[in-house]
Parts: sequence; structure tokens; C-alpha cells
Amino acid sequence: MSISLSNICKSYKKVKAVQNISFDVNPGELFGLIGPDGAGKTTIFRILTTLLIPDEGTATVAGFDVVKDYKAIRKSVGYMPGRFSLYQDLTVEENLTFFATIFRTTIEENYDLIEDIYVQIEPFKDRRAGKLSGGMKQKLALCCALIHKPKVLFLDEPTTGVDPVSRKEFWEMLKRLQKKEITILVSTPYMDEAALCDRIALIQDGEILDIDTPEAIVSKFPKTIYNLGANNMYKLIQSLQSYEHKYSVFPFGEFVHYTDKRDSFEVANLISYLEKAGLTDISVEVGQPNIEDAFMELAK
Amino acid sequence: MKTENVIEADQLTKTFGGFTAVNAITFEVKKGEIFGFLGANGAGKTTAMKMLIGISKPSSGTAKVAGFDVYTQTESIKKNIGYMSQKFALYDDLTVKENITFFGGIYGLSRTKIKEKREQLVSELGLENISNKLVGSLPLGWKQKLSFSVSLLHEPKIVFLDEPTGGVDPITRRQFWEMIYKAADQGTTIFVTTHYMDEAEYCDRVSIMVEGKIEALDTPKKLKEQFKADSMSQVFLKLARNIE
Repeated sequence: MSISLSNICKSYKKVKAVQNISFDVNPGELFGLIGPDGAGKTTIFRILTTLLIPDEGTATVAGFDVVKDYKAIRKSVGYMPGRFSLYQDLTVEENLTFFATIFRTTIEENYDLIEDIYVQIEPFKDRRAGKLSGGMKQKLALCCALIHKPKVLFLDEPTTGVDPVSRKEFWEMLKRLQKKEITILVSTPYMDEAALCDRIALIQDGEILDIDTPEAIVSKFPKTIYNLGANNMYKLIQSLQSYEHKYSVFPFGEFVHYTDKRDSFEVANLISYLEKAGLTDISVEVGQPNIEDAFMELAK
Repeated sequence: MKTENVIEADQLTKTFGGFTAVNAITFEVKKGEIFGFLGANGAGKTTAMKMLIGISKPSSGTAKVAGFDVYTQTESIKKNIGYMSQKFALYDDLTVKENITFFGGIYGLSRTKIKEKREQLVSELGLENISNKLVGSLPLGWKQKLSFSVSLLHEPKIVFLDEPTGGVDPITRRQFWEMIYKAADQGTTIFVTTHYMDEAEYCDRVSIMVEGKIEALDTPKKLKEQFKADSMSQVFLKLARNIE
């Protein structure tokens, strides 16, 4: 196992940040921790990168114990924290040289690992890190986390607040890194990114809701989802909320995802109910659940 | 129905030195509309929004917000709009009630009105048990919902939401959108930026900014047809990539 957690617990004063967290990440796997703010993602990262000692439980990274062997772990992992934490008043190149030197290596030695990413920021290598755009900062931080050729890479919300184009490019970079035999643990609040991981853990309020491949998590969704549309979204939601047979009602883009309490029912009855409520242009079709549907069902 | 324009921008431009952050954008937003304002990081969204809310003077072009001029009537604009962002929402070290009272005062509501709004808001959001708790101790999702309600305290014509749902769990995110639908249904215009492309599909119309210009503006349905895409995410990627 590249990463292994067994019954990890951590509290801050009265707040239980994470409770009984156990999971394993295989070598070379791209594993995602998916959950909203406050779920406990950062606490798990800080424990695994030896910056925080767990209250209970054990964990290993690259075969080393996170408490006893913390020095060995620090040499073998790369960590990109959620908040930009490079030196703002050093240039791009100076930051990279600095991190290489700390890990007793040089930019040249592992250049093949970062080349792909570094060429995109190289034109700005004399610019101070503080003056870079969000997307470029993120690329520089990834280069710095990789410069010592880590066995395991920790990326805490690398794409939060980043626009969809840069997010897509970032995930393409991760897929290429994965081919170079680096194990990657990445966290994100964006449910659509879950589908890009080999396996994911859905996490909320410090507890894991499920761990599996994205496909398997979706296939476990217990209900049939109906995509409903109508002339007035707000009225449609209100009407469905007060429908006696409704199980769940969630807006999803241009449609509402609706599930029913009953195992089978006549769609025509639902339509006539909505028509009586004054709605027009009603459309109903069976839809596919996605990770977000699964998350909301598990989080109930 | 939706005929009255509450935002009208014509050739609105902002330059910083030799750099054109917002390049001659022209659009209008109708009363009660949910208008999505999208763009990549650095596309000029924030600069454009700052001009519309009256805190940054345009370099050229004209715009009216709630009927007031963005050059000469910025104080009237501020009284007629609400604003909420992910970064600054409420004061963490004031209680729920104190925040409502404080912002009510800022917006110039009378004591009676504040009291009435405070009770209404606390009961609508189901915050009775925690109305005397510090806002800092609430989960993010509650803060965001409360913050949205506070931005509506003075019954503004338009509310500007700058990435209101970042990091919020999926259930709360949907409850938040239900609140947006409700406000729009009651005639409030919603002007919203977001990085969640599925949220773009909740909007009546969406504009996409690329390098300072509005490159697309239509209903999500028509944009998907125009760009032969299945989702707004694909529309966004096609637009932003083609320009490069």
C-alpha cells in the first residue's frame, strides 16, 4: 500500500474533525477525497504529511509510520496545500531552485518529471510568484511539490476557485503524472472531478460515506431518477416538494432530479398533479444518476 | 412580463494603463431574470462587476443599473442593489441577530423594519435555536444562506452574487438555488458568477466573457445548440479554448 489509514481520529477542542477514517491507496493510484468544506479533508492531508498527530489510529505513507517515521515521509512525499504557500517575493525560478535545494537535488536532475508543466510557466521564470495569475501559481506549486521526485503526491483542493478550462488542464497533468508511477491523493469539492479518479472516498462531517470506483458508487444509487422540466422552475420545485409520494427533489441545471417513494408508479399521475398545480410545458424522462446524486443520497 | 431592463451596459470599457480588462461589453438584464456571468479567471468578470456596483469608474461606454448612471449616481446604485461574495459575507464575531441588525442599519432601515425583518428571516431560515450564536460558529452552508438573506434585507432591485456557493455541500448548494429562484420569482433580479458549470444551467440567460469581451450570451439551451454541446461545461471549454 502506498497510503494506509486505520481508524484515524482527530479533534480540535470540542470539534471532531475526523472520526474513524480508514482507507488504503494502491501504488500508482489516483485517489480522490470528495467532500464539501469542513468535511475533514485537510485534516487527513495534514496527518498523512506528518504536520499533525492523530488522536487515535495509525497511518502509513510509502511504508512509513506517520508518527514514528515522520522524517522519512517528508523526504518521500510532495505536498501542495490548499492555500498558496510558496515565497511570494521570490521569482518562479528562485522558488523552484529553493525547493530543489532543500531536498538536496537540482532542477536538472528531475526535469523530465516537471518539464510538461514547467514549460508553461518558463516564459515568466523571472516574475515574482506573488505576481502570477491563479492558474500559473497552481502550476508552479505543483512543480515545487514534484521537484524531488516524490513517491506519493498530496494535492489539497488544487482546483478550488479555478475556472473550468484551467481545471481540465490540471487534471490532464495529473493523468500524465500518474503514468510516471506516482501515487496521487487529491481532494476536491467539485463532484464532477470525482469521475476522473480511479477510486474515491466521499466524505462529510469527518466521516466517510463510501469508498469505491466512481462507476460503482453511481451504480449503487437505489432509486430511478426522473429528469423533470416545466415552464417555471421555482413552482416546479415547490409543487414536487409538496407531492405526497416524493422521495427527493433536487434542481440539477435545467432539470429537477426527482425520485419517488414507490417502487413503480404511473408517470401520467405525476404529470396530471403538476398540471393541476398550474405548470405547463412539463417534460419527464428517466435520467442517469451521477456522483452528486449518490453523495446526497448517502449524506441524508 | 420580463420587459423592464434593470441593467443596461453599452460599450462599457475599463483599461488599466495599456491593458484593457473589460472591452466594450454591451448587454442588458431584465427584471426578475437570473443572469449568469461566466468567464475564466482573469477574463474581466470582477472588473465588470465592480463598475456595475458603482465602486469602479468605467474608462468609456455607458451603463445604467436600477435606472441609475454608473458615472454620476453610484450612491443611488448602492442603495438599490444587494451584494454577496464568497470571501466576505458576515461578521464572524457577531451573532446571527446582531449581523442582521448591523446590516439593516447600514442599509438605512428603521428600527421597526429591522425588527420585523429579523424575526421574519430567522423564522424563514429556521434559525430560532441559534439566533444568538456567533456566525463564526455556523457551518459554511448556513452562513451562505444567511448572507444571501441579509443581502436582500433592504429589498434591492438587483442582487449581485460573486461565486456564492464555492465549497458548499451539494444539498445546501441546492437549497441556496431554491432561495435564488424564490427571490427571482418575487421580482428581484439575480446577477451571479460561478465556476460550477451545472449552476450556469439554472440561469435564465448566461454570458461568457473571454479576454475582456462577451463572446456569447443567450439561454443555456440556445448556447448548447449554438456550440453543438451537451452541457454548459462543454460550451465554456469550446469558447475559451478556441480563442487561445
